[in-house]
Amino acid sequence: MIVHVRLFAAARELAGREVVEILVEEALTVGDLRALLATQVPALAPLLPHVRLAVNSSYASDATQVAAGDEVACIPPVSGG
Amino acid sequence: MIRLTDAPLDSQTGIAQVQSTQAGAVVLFLGTTREFTRGRQTLTLIYDGYREMAERELQRLETTASERWSLTACLIEHRLGEVPLGEASVLVAVSSPHRKDAFEAAQWIMDTLKQDVPIWKQEHWADGQVEWVHPGLPPAE
Repeated sequence: MIVHVRLFAAARELAGREVVEILVEEALTVGDLRALLATQVPALAPLLPHVRLAVNSSYASDATQVAAGDEVACIPPVSGG
Repeated sequence: MIRLTDAPLDSQTGIAQVQSTQAGAVVLFLGTTREFTRGRQTLTLIYDGYREMAERELQRLETTASERWSLTACLIEHRLGEVPLGEASVLVAVSSPHRKDAFEAAQWIMDTLKQDVPIWKQEHWADGQVEWVHPGLPPAE
């Protein structure tokens, strides 16, 4: 399956795109996805230990399962307000 | 009530939305674009957000605040896009029968918003640098 990961702010700048597509063999966890992102988009690697990942618009722990069709987003430390 | 908007925030409208004969207190907070940060001059700020999730998180803040404090009404608005110097990027208006609840809820909403709501600001400095603000991140090389 293909997992789409939306990028924002510095993550978008570092990767040079708004969405990263990761091709995976089978269901995986958010933690697996974080590791895959680091290897497939090396520009993001320095940022990844500091980002939270969201699945379907909710913050997810590294143990959360990612299924086909889920929307994943990479959320660097926020600065609204 | 929560709202993301690209338009200027209006404090009078915000107050009117929470003011009520049920309430004895109205607290209004505006977060505004500051010109100087530790001596460094800002020209303007641009805000971007993950809109669908930001709306969900703002709604969660309103719901949680309404459970934790005795509130009459609660409004949280955030502006996206450019927010020029002196203008408001965020507006929180809370009313309650007694002032303590409104003060505490407004403070908690702002503190939590700054930790959890997926919105980012980009500083456009007078020295020509442009950078996304990510609290706690080691500075980019």
